[in-house]
Amino acid sequence: MNNIIKRYIPQILAILFVVLIFGFLTMNAQTNMDNRGIDFGFGFLSQESSFDVQFSLIEYSGSDSYARAFLVGLLNTLLVSFISIIFCTILGVIIGVARLSSNYLIKNTAAWYVEFFRNIPLLLQIFFWYYAALRALPMPEKANAWFGVTYMTVKGYYIPAMVWENLNVFLYCGLAAIIAIIVIRIYAIRLRDTQGKQIPVLLYSAALLIVLPLLSFLFGGVSLEFEIPELKKLSKISYIYEGGISLPPELIALVLALSLYTSTFVAECVRAGIEGVTKGQKEAAASVGLTPNQVLKLVIMPQALRIIIPPTTNQYLNLTKNSSLAAAIAYPDLVLVFAGTALMQTGKAIEIVSITMLTYLTISLTIAAIMNWYNKKIEIKEK
Amino acid sequence: MIQTINFLKPNRDNIKNYSIIGSFLVLVSLIDVISNAFLKINLTSFLPGSLTTLFPLIIGLIGLNMMRIDYSGNKTLDLLNKNINTNNFNALLTLLILFSIIKALPQSLSWMILDATISGDSKDACTGTGACWTYIKVWFRRFMYGMYPNEFHWRINTAFILVIALGFVGYFMKENLKKYLALYYVIIYPVIAYLVIYYLISGGSFGLQWVETGAWGGLSLTFIVSFFCLIFCFPLGMIFALGRRSNLPAIKYISICYIEFWRGVPLITVLFMSSVMFPMFLPEDFFMDKLVRVIIAITLFEAAYCAEVIRGGLQSLPRGQYDAAKSLGMGYWKMHIFVILPQALKLVIPGIANTFLALVKDTPLIFVVGLAELAGMLALAKTNPKWLGFAMEGYIFASIVFWIICYAMSKYSYNLEAKYKTER
Repeated sequence: MNNIIKRYIPQILAILFVVLIFGFLTMNAQTNMDNRGIDFGFGFLSQESSFDVQFSLIEYSGSDSYARAFLVGLLNTLLVSFISIIFCTILGVIIGVARLSSNYLIKNTAAWYVEFFRNIPLLLQIFFWYYAALRALPMPEKANAWFGVTYMTVKGYYIPAMVWENLNVFLYCGLAAIIAIIVIRIYAIRLRDTQGKQIPVLLYSAALLIVLPLLSFLFGGVSLEFEIPELKKLSKISYIYEGGISLPPELIALVLALSLYTSTFVAECVRAGIEGVTKGQKEAAASVGLTPNQVLKLVIMPQALRIIIPPTTNQYLNLTKNSSLAAAIAYPDLVLVFAGTALMQTGKAIEIVSITMLTYLTISLTIAAIMNWYNKKIEIKEK
Repeated sequence: MIQTINFLKPNRDNIKNYSIIGSFLVLVSLIDVISNAFLKINLTSFLPGSLTTLFPLIIGLIGLNMMRIDYSGNKTLDLLNKNINTNNFNALLTLLILFSIIKALPQSLSWMILDATISGDSKDACTGTGACWTYIKVWFRRFMYGMYPNEFHWRINTAFILVIALGFVGYFMKENLKKYLALYYVIIYPVIAYLVIYYLISGGSFGLQWVETGAWGGLSLTFIVSFFCLIFCFPLGMIFALGRRSNLPAIKYISICYIEFWRGVPLITVLFMSSVMFPMFLPEDFFMDKLVRVIIAITLFEAAYCAEVIRGGLQSLPRGQYDAAKSLGMGYWKMHIFVILPQALKLVIPGIANTFLALVKDTPLIFVVGLAELAGMLALAKTNPKWLGFAMEGYIFASIVFWIICYAMSKYSYNLEAKYKTER
């Protein structure tokens, strides 16, 4: 009896407490909304949004619905996160390896890089790039060409656009190559396990990836042309580039700040991972006759990756969440488009803020679930 | 063929010649770069095209290659070879880093110090090509205290000194009072600090003029927000950490939901929630100050992170501690208060310090809901018509300020980590 009371009383109290808080809040919300004449509902999502977004990946205009505006914001968030994740991984790996270098100068430069970018608030870094550094770039008419065809100006970065013909054939070829690579990998693993033979999978994969798309160009009628941005005079003093793709300065500032900031954390993960593999492992691998390359590929990397990947994914998640700072420099991401402009227009604070939060929550929980599954899979199974 | 290669490879017999020639070549390459960067003289202008820029690199590489003598017997040379010159690739990187430092130094030096202006008190004083620190000097009080009336700044200073002094009480407490330390820090200290900040900074009584929170700002607001969030999120985080490890399902899942929810959303949406959504959930005619709402929001948010850190500490305690406490007949609360928490909290101090660091770095975000802390004041100063065009100076100043704070904190947490590592 005593035990039952001890077990159930606290739980009932806790549930009651949560229910009471939620009840109190919803009751207040109800009365407040009644008083102000606002009704709760998600019907507004299909209404015409009648605001414009500067930069979007999909076709969007003011006559589209709020739901589409939400999609535009979400895609912009994902775009900036994706680009930044690629850059921060490259930078992070380089810096992380450099921190373990035997060279005194390199080691310390890398260490100072980490200390420098890690200890300045991200928002300040974004502001610095956007308001100070990128504003010092030349006007379109004075810009020099980078690599001959791209132009970095104060109005954005102009790069050539790709104009495809028969893109789908090309994509099918790419897909076929990837499937073939997977088949070869599985076959190679089976061959290694049953007969002990090694086949150069990497070589075959690279060959497939190059040859198949190349074939599509030769026989599939695929062609690729580049549309190079050209300077055009709008009025006496104002110039603009036409053609090609223009990356807005907001996007550039955001990518710069996010990838520099997050790369320091990735670098620390990489360093910890490589340091985490004990020296004995290397020596043991070398002593059973593996070549240095095999030691790296078969012994060090699998163990290091096991340490590196979970915290690094966490950093990617942080980066995605941090990309919401875009709202501070008016890059049209989810928070700015939806929790900013759309909220201003509709006044549906509760619905819009909860949709925004739930979207981020879904992204986070999905990645967390995948990570948990992965961690379970690579866990060292001790007897 | 082999002889020609050996000619470039030093050996024990010609150490002296090689090291002298090598260091001479490195010296030449360095002098070339330095004269190029500082004096704008191109010593190698007689060379064709791109060779001019590559010249110091090539000469330096040859020099370093010649200097690379194993076990030369010369201590300095060995040290140099071991640290910056182990192979050609390392030598190349060394040279590249050295050259880029030398190249970048004169520009940044002249912009930041040599050509910079600090005198005067208006924009007109800044005529040079360098930075305009006058801007920072004129706006300094605004950056530190926001729109808080100038004549009352002593109130903020006094309040901070008092709060810090009260925080150090633990160090000087008498031995027999030490057992109440936790109680002091968790309950009494937050209350006293709140009262001090409320009565001194807000004013309104004791003859002090009322200053509304809208006027607070600058770096002092950063400190106020992070301070309150820290002292409130710690006990809250402790509750949820214990809740998550509880074996009562309802409590466990409530805690998990709480923690995962806050950890899954970005702080900026939480702040949006506090500023636009939260007022809807409050009773009618009940007004809550924006600053208070923001502090509550950040506290709830950080408590989730705190809970995870504390849970890490609880998990790292060996099972034996729990079993031993139970075998002495201790109940849940007794066991946790006297055995588990004192050990676990000691373990998580570095983690908590890191959370606090993240919290301080997050506070500039309150700018998006209209509270003008340092980043907000910069945005305000930047758009002031009298002071247009000094965004660079402002952000560099703010970056330096935050960098010093955060770097000191991260070094402190490293120290703590090292200290507690050796003890176990």
